[in-house]
Amino acid sequence: MKQITTLDRMKAPVMARNWASELMGFLQTQWKAVVVFVPFFWLLVFFLAPFFIILKISLAESLIASPPFSPLFEWAEDGVMSIRIIFDNYSYLWEDELYLNTYLSSLKISTISTVICLLLGYPMAYAIVRSPPTTKNILLMMVILPFWTSFLLRVYAWMGLLADQGLVNDFLIWAGFIETPVRLMYSHFAVYVGIVYTYVPFMILPLYANMEKLDMELHEAAADLGSKPTTTFFTITLPLTWPGIVAGSLLVFIPATGEFVIPDLLGGGNVLMIGRVLFNEFHANHDWPVASAVAIALLILLVVPMMLYQRVQAKETESD
Amino acid sequence: MSSQDEFEDQPWLDPDAVPFISIRGVTKKFGDFVAVDSVDLDIYQGELFCLLGGSGCGKTTLLRMLAGFETPSSGSIFIDGVEMSNVPPYERPVNMMFQSYALFPHMNVEKNVAYGLKRDGVPKEEINLRVAEMLSMVELTDFSQRKPHQLSGGQRQRVALARALIKRPKVLLLDEPLAALDKRLREQTQFELMNIQEKLGVTFVVVTHDQEEAMTLSTRIAVMDAGEFEQIGSPTEIYEYPDSRMVADFIGSINMFEGRVTQNSSDHISVSGSEEDIEFFVDYGMSIKDGNKVWVAVRPEKMRLSKEPPTAKKANQIKGMVQDIGYLGDISIYRIKLASDRVIDVTVPNQIRPKDGKHVAYWEDEVYLDWDAASAIVLTR
Ligand SMILES: Nc1ncnc2c1ncn2[C@@H]1O[C@H](COP(=O)(O)OP(=O)(O)OP(=O)(O)O)[C@@H](O)[C@H]1O
Ligand SMILES: [Mg+2]
Repeated sequence: MKQITTLDRMKAPVMARNWASELMGFLQTQWKAVVVFVPFFWLLVFFLAPFFIILKISLAESLIASPPFSPLFEWAEDGVMSIRIIFDNYSYLWEDELYLNTYLSSLKISTISTVICLLLGYPMAYAIVRSPPTTKNILLMMVILPFWTSFLLRVYAWMGLLADQGLVNDFLIWAGFIETPVRLMYSHFAVYVGIVYTYVPFMILPLYANMEKLDMELHEAAADLGSKPTTTFFTITLPLTWPGIVAGSLLVFIPATGEFVIPDLLGGGNVLMIGRVLFNEFHANHDWPVASAVAIALLILLVVPMMLYQRVQAKETESD
Repeated sequence: MSSQDEFEDQPWLDPDAVPFISIRGVTKKFGDFVAVDSVDLDIYQGELFCLLGGSGCGKTTLLRMLAGFETPSSGSIFIDGVEMSNVPPYERPVNMMFQSYALFPHMNVEKNVAYGLKRDGVPKEEINLRVAEMLSMVELTDFSQRKPHQLSGGQRQRVALARALIKRPKVLLLDEPLAALDKRLREQTQFELMNIQEKLGVTFVVVTHDQEEAMTLSTRIAVMDAGEFEQIGSPTEIYEYPDSRMVADFIGSINMFEGRVTQNSSDHISVSGSEEDIEFFVDYGMSIKDGNKVWVAVRPEKMRLSKEPPTAKKANQIKGMVQDIGYLGDISIYRIKLASDRVIDVTVPNQIRPKDGKHVAYWEDEVYLDWDAASAIVLTR
C-alpha cells in the first residue's frame, strides 16, 4: 500500500503537468473549435434547454398541483414507460379567436413599428455616417445614451408625458392647438410611440455599421455615369445597405412582437398584444400549458419566416 | 495651306482655336492646405492630355474638379463653352475612370459596364450589343457574369475602363488607367486608347505617374508639382527643352552641371562649370546676364564616350573614369566618375553585339565624354 501511494505522489505532478500542457496544446491547435464551442455550449444550456422545457409543458395538461401540469413521461407499475402528449393546448389556441386576433394584432403592431423605425433610423444612420468624425462620435453616443437608464423608467416617463395632464397635452393647450386634453395614453398611438422610441437605436446601430463600410466613391461613380441622386439611392445605396436593413428590422421586429411592458403600461386593456396574453395565462389563469403553447406558437411564427428568408438569401448568393 | 491644316495636330498653337476645356485660375484648398494652386489650362478637342507628376501633387484633385466631385475654392472651369460651377456631375459631358476603380460590388461585370447606358434610357438590345463589344475590346467577355470581388486587379481595372468608355463621352478623365496592367496588356490598351481617341474624337485627360506612358500616349503633357504646373508642352518639348531642373529631372534621366555665364549673345551662350572643369558652349541665345548662375543639362544618350582624347575642340568635353557598367540589352549605361568625384550617366547603344562581352570601355578605364553644342540645355531655375 505504502509503496503505491509514494509512487502515486511522484506521478501526480508529472501527470498534472502533462494534463496542463496537453490542454494548452489542444487550445493551440483547436482554438477555432473552442471559440465556436463555448458560445455554442452557452446557447445549448440557456436557450435550447428552456425551449425544450417549455415545449414539454405545452404538450401537457393543466393540473391544480405543483407543478401545475401533468408529467410527460410516466412509469407505469409494470415498469413500462408511458408518454402522454396532448395537442389540446394548440388546438385551443386555434379555436379561440382571441389568440389568433392577438397574434395578428401583435404582428401588425410590430410590422408598422419596424417600418416607422426604418423610416426614422435610415436617414439618421446615414446622417451620422456622413458627419465629421467628432460630431459622429457625439451623435453615436446620443443614440446609445438612453440605454444608460432603465427601460422601465423610460416607459414610465412616457406615461408622464402622454397623460391627460402630461407635458404633451399641457404644451398643446398652451400653444393653442387644443382646448381640452386629448386622450393619448392607453391607445395604439401610445404603444407605437413607446415601441418606436425604445427600438429605434436597434435599427440605427446595424444600419450605421453597414453604412460605415459604404464607399462614397461609388456614389460619385454612379453620378459620373449620369445617375441622378434618387436613382443612385435605389440602384446603389439601397442594395448595398440591404443587409443592414434586414439586420436592423429583425432586431426591432422580433422583440417588438413579443413586447409586454410597453403594451401593458402604455396600451392598457385597449391594445391586444401576445406578450400580455402570455403574462395573463401564466399569472392570472395559472394555465402553464396554454401559456407555453402561446410562447411556442409565437416562436414558430417568427422563426419560420426568418428561415425561409435565409434560404432565399443563400440561394441568391449561390447563383451569383 | 490653310491655317486649319497647319495646326491640325497641334491645335494649341493655333491662335484662333477654341479650347474644349478651359481652366481659369482654379485653386482648391482643403482647409489651409492648397492642393491645386491657381492653375490655367486649355485643352483642345481630340487631345490626349497627360497630367504627370509625383504622388500628392494634385492630379486627382484637378481631375475631380473637372468631373464635378470637388468644387474649386476659386476660379472657373469651362467645358465645351459652358461654365461648370452649377452643373452637377451627372449632367457633365465627362466620364471618369477612378483611381480606385469604384466598381459597384453588388453588380456583375456586365451590369457595371451597362450602368451608364441604362441611366440614359438606351434600348435594351443596343445596351447588350455595346456592352458585348466593349467587353470583347477589354478581353473580359468570359468574365461578364463575375462580381468585382472575383476579379484580379488588372481585370477590375479593365472593367472600370470599359464602364467609363461605354458612354462615348466628350471628355474622358482617366486616373492612372493602366497602372495595374501587365506590359503586354498595357501596350495593347494604350494602343486601344489612342485608337478610340482617334475614332470617336474623344478628348482624353489622363493622369499618370509613368513618364514613359505619358510620352507614348499624349499630344501634350503638363508636369505638375505641389499643385502647380511646372511646364506644359508636347512630349518632345518636355523632353528636349525642359524649362526647369524639376521637369528635366522628372522626365528621363539627365546630367546637371552648375555654372556661370561667361559670354552670351543672340545665338549662343558660354558657361563655365563651377565644380567641374568644363567649358559649355550652347548653340542658342537667352537673355541672361554674364556671371549669372545657371545649370547646364545634358541627357545621357546625347553624350559620346570614347577612349581617345577628342581632337583640338575645347568646349563641351570632360574626362572621367568608368566606375560601373550596366548592360540593358539595347543599350549600356556607363557610370562615369569625374575629377570632382561626381558620377554621371552616359548611355551607349549596342549597335554591334559586344563580342565575348567586349565593351567600348572597361571598369577603371580613363574615358573622354563630349557632346554637341545643340545637345545641352541651359536652365535658370
Ligand atoms: N479630401 C481631402 N481632404 C484633405 N486633403 C486632401 C483631400 N484630397 C486630397 N487631399 C490632399 O491634396 C493633395 C493632392 O491630392 P491628390 O489626390 O490630388 O494627389 P495625386 O496627385 O492624385 O497623387 P497620387 O499620384 O498619389 O494619386 C494631397 O496632399 C492630399 O493629401
Ligand atoms: Mg491620384
